[in-house]
Amino acid sequence: MTQEKKPTWKDAIQLGVIGGVLVLFVSLVGMVQAFDGRYIISETLTLGQLLLFLPPLIVGYISATRTDAQHRVSGILFGSVSGLVTGAILAALLLLGSAINLRAMFINASPELMDILMFGQETLAVATAVLVIGGALLSVLGAVIRLSPPLIRSAILSGVSAVIIMGIMQELLKITFGGRDWYMPIDDFLYEQKGLSWMGVVVTFLLGVAISLWRARSASRPKKTVVKTRSRERQRYVQIGSFVLGAILLLILPQFLGPYPSEILNTVGIYVIMGIGLNIVVGYAGLLDLGYVAFFAIGAYVVGVLTTTGSLATVMWSWWLALPFAVLVSLLAGVILGIPVLKMRGDYLAIVTLGFGEIIRVVALSNWLKPYIGGAQGILQVPKPQIGDFVFKDPEQIFYLVAIGIGIVAFVAFRLRDARVGRAWKALREDEDVAEAMGINLVNTKLLAFATGAAFAGLSGAIFATKLGSIFPHSFNLIVSINVLSLIIVGGIGSIPGVLVGAFMLVGLPELLREFADYRMLMYGALLVVMMLVKPEGFIPEKTHKAELTDRGDVDFDSEIEPIAPAITEI
Amino acid sequence: MALLELENVHSYYGNIHALKGISLTVEQGEIVTLIGANGAGKSTTLKTISGIIDPRKGSVRLEGEDLVAYRAHEVVSKGVIQVPEGRRIFTRLTVRENLEMGAFLRNDTQEIKKDLEWVFSLFPRLEERQNQVGGTLSGGEQQMLATGRALMARPRILLMDEPSMGLAPVLVDLIFDTIKDLNEQGMTILLVEQNALLALDVADRGYVLETGMITLAGDAKELAANPQVKEAYLGG
Repeated sequence: MTQEKKPTWKDAIQLGVIGGVLVLFVSLVGMVQAFDGRYIISETLTLGQLLLFLPPLIVGYISATRTDAQHRVSGILFGSVSGLVTGAILAALLLLGSAINLRAMFINASPELMDILMFGQETLAVATAVLVIGGALLSVLGAVIRLSPPLIRSAILSGVSAVIIMGIMQELLKITFGGRDWYMPIDDFLYEQKGLSWMGVVVTFLLGVAISLWRARSASRPKKTVVKTRSRERQRYVQIGSFVLGAILLLILPQFLGPYPSEILNTVGIYVIMGIGLNIVVGYAGLLDLGYVAFFAIGAYVVGVLTTTGSLATVMWSWWLALPFAVLVSLLAGVILGIPVLKMRGDYLAIVTLGFGEIIRVVALSNWLKPYIGGAQGILQVPKPQIGDFVFKDPEQIFYLVAIGIGIVAFVAFRLRDARVGRAWKALREDEDVAEAMGINLVNTKLLAFATGAAFAGLSGAIFATKLGSIFPHSFNLIVSINVLSLIIVGGIGSIPGVLVGAFMLVGLPELLREFADYRMLMYGALLVVMMLVKPEGFIPEKTHKAELTDRGDVDFDSEIEPIAPAITEI
Repeated sequence: MALLELENVHSYYGNIHALKGISLTVEQGEIVTLIGANGAGKSTTLKTISGIIDPRKGSVRLEGEDLVAYRAHEVVSKGVIQVPEGRRIFTRLTVRENLEMGAFLRNDTQEIKKDLEWVFSLFPRLEERQNQVGGTLSGGEQQMLATGRALMARPRILLMDEPSMGLAPVLVDLIFDTIKDLNEQGMTILLVEQNALLALDVADRGYVLETGMITLAGDAKELAANPQVKEAYLGG
């Protein structure tokens, strides 16, 4: 047999095993079961089933990428083998799980899971066959999608994504717009009781296809240099116009969305403010700070102590009066952290900042400060801000605070980036010693980065305190720092729009999909690994980082070795 | 008064006595070279001048003003500019950004523009590649960039640390031609080199450094003819 000599057969089986491990994993950690309650397509497809379908599909897709265009048939064949293996592994789980009790080891290998894996079949034999053949068919489908012309491929993928997204969004849309008259007909049309109706599937699929085609068309059209031909004055008008329009949209957005989505947006926004702040420290200045939550906590506690009307009441200031103090104290804390770590780099800096973050949390929990900040019981009754008679009471009103906060912070970050200090940060990030040799004052430059980042986190904490109305130490654990760092990495280190995207993905999505909450960290981990492999520069990369992480162009390696200059080269 | 003057400088790395009483002078408009084997103290001398290491004893003076009290970035603002060993360009910034970074302390936009053109005229290769990321340059081009970046700071004295290191012979010649050229335009240069033959060829005067002490000093031509130097550094 000639085929056996081809290494690709081994690849196909290898891929199949990887797919198999993936389905086993999502099944045994309980995701399949947890997501089975949510229907994407009414009575037909649940999110849990989709989770089982995806690995063979992806395996088939990848399998097909490894064959060239001339060998379509063999590509599909390879795909089917991969899917067969994946399906067989899943079938093995079903057989094993039905024969013996796996729950001693895998708590989620429950009868319910086995029930899901039966896919409605009566006998085990038929169900096994369905899994194996189904796996193969799905892989073939994946391979066919991969091997179809790019235009059709992206159209199909876009259509399918649209169906999945709309399926998942059903509940959210209902919560948000359920009471509105205009929404009910749309809901009736698109959705059954649970999941999309078939009509809805067709419509959303076509919508997805249309979007994809439209994008392909506008991308292929040659771009006109509209901006350049416009007069400066007109540009200015357009700028002001879009600003006013954006402001009006932001003003009515929370009223339009209602409390629950507004609350999610607020949470996302609080992380955006922190993200922009940490972006200055990590992204601009290249100082890895793992204890960033400390400044967030300090901002929140300062506001709490100064404004609370509860049992720990002190001066009972208004939120507005306390805000500048919160920002200022956080800023000072940033400088205080900055001074001892001035000489540290890389890993050492990360460890020290990590410790600083923990210190703040432990101090907040301690009995020592309990009379002032409440220890584990925290601070209750943090009042809401007020302007005249307007109280920022509900999520819809807090949203304005968050939006203004983001606006200010983003503006400052943009200005700093383009200012002299932004260039100093850039040099510092690239090479500390040489930055000094350019005449850059390292002490001031570093401290300014720490201080700015910390001040932003303080602002974020201040809004967080009043949003929640109370402060507890457990809100300020290491996970917050990790989240913020992750979201700037996913968005693209150094990029402010990237922070927005990252925050929506890592903070917004898990809030939207309650089922994901238990698997949040799992998803983070998976997403970060995939991002680093596939798109290490993030979703919206900043220019310099992109240059580092992608193709470097015409590198000239011929002349000599790379320059390596250790700090101390001779004695 | 000499432009740069080191007097009885003692520098340490921890307990290691690296410079044991170095005295040297560089006059305005001169090329002075510091030659010696690995570990003789050449780079330590440069680090002491630029304020990265503080001497325990002795003084470093620029036109009579003591530099020891200044921190490294302040020494830069006095016009003592380094071309670091191993070039150390910003590999992820473009050639142009690298050069602009060299002018970090300056505010005179118009003059910076002029100097940029001057650097481009010295190294036309850099102009061709100005929008390319520094890391993509060849070693010779990186040395040009590091030199250009230092020139953008308008040095009163240029400290060059091993500019020939790791370069192909033809590129070494090019770099040394540039050093001569710069000197003819009035630049004062303190050149640290392992390649003693080349260094003494372009320099006006030279100092030979051995285990932290200056063992020989004098006119470059005389040093090159000195039998001791010949044996030790010029391959007999």
